[in-house]
Order: sequence, then structure tokens, then C-alpha cells
Amino acid sequence: MTTAIETALTEERVQQLRADFPILAEQPGGVPLIYLDSGATSQQPRQALEAEWAFRTQRNAAVHRGAHTLAALATDDYESARERIARFVGARPTEISWAMNATDALNSVALSLGEANRASAVDPALALREGDEILVTEAEHHANLLPWQRLADETGATLRWVEVDDDGVWTTDALLALITERTRVVAIAHVSNVTGQIAEVEPIVAAAHAAGALVVLDACQSVPHRPVDFRALGVDAAAFSSHKMLGPGGIGVLYLAEALGAALPPARVGGSMITTVTMTEHELLPAPQKFEAGTQPVASIVGLAAAVDYLEAVGMPAIEAHEVALGERLAAGAAAMDRIRLVGPRPGAERAGLASVIVDGVHAHDAGQLLDAHGIAARVGHHCAQPLHRRLGTAATTRASAYLYTTEAEVDRFLDVLSGVRAYFGAA
Amino acid sequence: MADPLAGLYQELILEHAKLRSGEGEIDPFDAERHLKNPTCGDEVTLRVRLSETHGEARVDALGWIGQGCSISQASASVLAEQAPGLAVAAVRERIEAMRELLRSRGAVEPDEALLGDAVAFAGVAKFPMRVKCAMLAWVALEEALDELDRH
Repeated sequence: MTTAIETALTEERVQQLRADFPILAEQPGGVPLIYLDSGATSQQPRQALEAEWAFRTQRNAAVHRGAHTLAALATDDYESARERIARFVGARPTEISWAMNATDALNSVALSLGEANRASAVDPALALREGDEILVTEAEHHANLLPWQRLADETGATLRWVEVDDDGVWTTDALLALITERTRVVAIAHVSNVTGQIAEVEPIVAAAHAAGALVVLDACQSVPHRPVDFRALGVDAAAFSSHKMLGPGGIGVLYLAEALGAALPPARVGGSMITTVTMTEHELLPAPQKFEAGTQPVASIVGLAAAVDYLEAVGMPAIEAHEVALGERLAAGAAAMDRIRLVGPRPGAERAGLASVIVDGVHAHDAGQLLDAHGIAARVGHHCAQPLHRRLGTAATTRASAYLYTTEAEVDRFLDVLSGVRAYFGAA
Repeated sequence: MADPLAGLYQELILEHAKLRSGEGEIDPFDAERHLKNPTCGDEVTLRVRLSETHGEARVDALGWIGQGCSISQASASVLAEQAPGLAVAAVRERIEAMRELLRSRGAVEPDEALLGDAVAFAGVAKFPMRVKCAMLAWVALEEALDELDRH
């Protein structure tokens, strides 16, 4: 596990960066915006917005078809975007394909594995059968749970999960103990969107591969916030979303390691992904094109690549260090409050730049309303992780999540308002 | 700083959120509805029993159990104080008036003669994300009455 030895962003640098994000100057509720919901969706810098605008106004055309100059320019931009995004996550360009979002990418992996079970496409290496097991954690986002529930249901495989403790944290040892010869897929979040727990990926990959299982990583909360190298981690598949990493909405990324990408059948078929088609048969292009049926949102992909350029220019190690410090500040501040229950790793333990809390006697939606009245955009609800919340004994938590543009003062303001929530609602 | 949420969290709402009038299961009952607000996890299970006097159906008793934000729980409590004794047609009229008020974004003047204490929820109209919270128990009752109408 890497530790944040990198120098965090200085206050001055954060203020400079904030000037790149027009929305941070908005006052949606008539008070200055304190945006602490980047875990749900991040804000976009001018540079990413302008790159997308420039593409739409100067280079827009269908890619990988047509002989005109504009189509060639658009194709250059499109493939350059793929290369930059691939490099950003330690992948080869052929290992990167597009999805609508991370949910779509994770669904694609599960659907493709289901496709491997079809009579016409049975791949003994990938097909799942009764007695096989799919392993997840109790803390998963629904996006990395429901596709596996359905795949298990369709193939007769059994869905298993490692349980979390009272804080919502699972241990690597407990997960490793559940990996057996029957395990075919291990699907886990790199960073939990609720608890901020950071998974130790390397030992899990080693054990899964030794057992002949694939590892699928939900990297939604890791790729935007810390340096991630999929090839170094050794995962077989991974997914992340553009809108959580300064890019536009509607585009997600699916990483399929070379071997899996070559073997996996596509979930969707159609235009732009074939070599030859007859009335009864078709031959697929190699990855990544075989996973990209139909026209892709090229301008959005260009926008995402510009967001990646922006993140790289700032420096992912510095962003990580900045956010880890803010996560610790949130955790320590919340944990010190009377009758506020911090979810996830204890203060001082490793956590990402987010924290979720349960306010004793006040529903999260009421807490969120008071925060909102002070301009603080925090997330309240189950964060698409109902099983985790059920285990925590609550329907909803209140979450603050940081990004590179978040300041210490904003975190402190959140903590200040949070500390007054119980009194405001007269909680006993 | 003036309370920025005074329009939303009226004293009466915070009181009802703690009072929880009508909380509990009634038995026997004629219809039961369980409703959830998936965005925030508010839940209410509401039971209603009707009686008939002079050929007119009335709400005889209403009980609910639930969990959720103060708005959703308080509105269930207010409903449980108001509905028993009212004719079904009058209950439906109140539910419709409540819906119209809450969806108005503040454009509709609350009818205190019709809605009684429920006018305290008028402030919710300016917080569109909370309208579903305030309507949860009321919609549960409406659907329970719809179900009885079909029989």
C-alpha cells in the first residue's frame, strides 16, 4: 500500500485551481457554495469544457469511417484520448473501451461473462456453472452488486460476500479466506464510496489468480483521486466514470486486461465492431473495438481526456496527499463529536478523502437540509449501498467527499454545521 | 443569522416528528399500504379501517409505523390526527389539497380551514426535494382507499 509521502497541494495552489472551476463561484442557494459531493459527481474545469467545445466546433465527425479530412482529425482526437486515458491508469490503449458510465461498464463485464455461457459461444475458461462462486463485499455499491446477483441467478453460480464489521469495514484476511477453487470472479470496490476504506488489491489478486478467478475492480472512487496502475495491480477488469473525475457525464471507461479482452465475448453487437458480416454470421474486430458497438460519444471522450490531462498536470500524488489529509480531518473532526457516529476506518487509519456519519436522533435528510441551508452540498441517503447501511443499522448516512478543489476551511465549515445539527432539531 | 430553514421546519412539524400520533398497528383493518421513498429511505406502513354511517364511508381508525426524516414522520402524525372520523370523500379532498399545496412551489395559498395543522407543511413547497417526504403517508392512505374502492 502506498503512503502519501508526496507533498499535498498548498492552500495557494488550491485557490489557483478553484479559479479553473466556474461552478465553484456560483451561489445556488443564495450563499457561497461549499461543494462536498464530488464522490457523487465532480465539477469540471474550464480546460475540459473548452476541449469538448473545441472538438464539437472544429473537429466533429464520425470516427473510424469515412475518407474526409474532418473524419481523420476526429479519429486522431478520439484515439489520442484513448491513449492518454490508458496511460493515466497504467493500461495499453487496446485494453480501454467505452461505456456509458461505470455501472454500464460493470454490467458489460457481467453480461459478457453470461454471454460466455451461451450455447453458441461457450468458452469453458469463462463460463460459470452451478457450484461456481462469485465473491463480493457487503460494502459494494449497487453497481458492483446487482450485475453479479443477476449473473449468479442466470448461471446457477452462488454469490458470496465478505461481511463488514460494525464500522462498515471488511478485512483482507476475511476476504482471502472466502477465495476457494470454486471462486470464479472476485468483484470489489477499490475505494468504498461510503466508508472510504481502501482495498488491498495486490494480495486479493494474487489469491484470486492462484484459484483461477478473475478480479473485477470498481475503480470509481480510486482513479479520480489517487495514482492507479491497473497492470501493476494485476486486475482483470476495472471500471470508472468520467463525471467523477472532472470529465463530462455519459461516458465511462472499461478496462479489460489483454487476455480477458481477447477471450470475452461482447455484451452488445452491431456497427463498427466487425470485420465481415453475412446474413447469418459475423466476425468481430479485436478488443477494444469489439466492445464498442455503435457510435461512441466522441466529444465526451475528448472532454474526459482533457480532464485526465488536467489531473496529470496537477499531479495525482499531490491530489492524493491533499485528499487524504482532508479525509483524516473529516474523520477526526466527526469522531470527536458527541453522538455523531463516524462510519468506516477509525481516525488515523488509512481512508480516502471522504467521511460518512450517522447523527444520533436526526435523520440524514434533515441533517442534509441544514447543511444545504449553509451552502454545503453533502450527500445524504444510502449512497447506493443498502446492504451496507442495513448492516450499520441505519437507512441513510450523511457524507462529505473532497476533491482537489476542496479546502480545509470548507471541511471545517462542514464539521461546524454538523456539530450543531442535533441541537437545531432538538434531538434528545 | 436568521434561521434559513424556518419556513421548512415549523415548530409544529418538529413537535409532530417526536409526538408520532397514531403510531402503531391497528387490527382489524380494511387495507394496508407500505410505501418507500427510495431516494432517502423513508418508509411508512399504514393501515386504515372504515366504518359506514348513514350510507357514507368514514375513516374509523388509522395507524402507521415508519422511519425516516422529520418531515415524513411528522406528516404521518398530522394525518393520523386528522383522518379518523372524516368521510372518505373529505379525506380524499384533503389529500388532493395537500398535494396541490406541496407541488405549488409556494404559489398556492394554504387553505387552513380545509387542512388544519397540515398547513404547517406549506414551507415544504419551496423545497421540491422534500415533497415526497411530506406526501408519503398521505399517498399511502390514498392508495389504501383506492384499493378499497376497487373491491
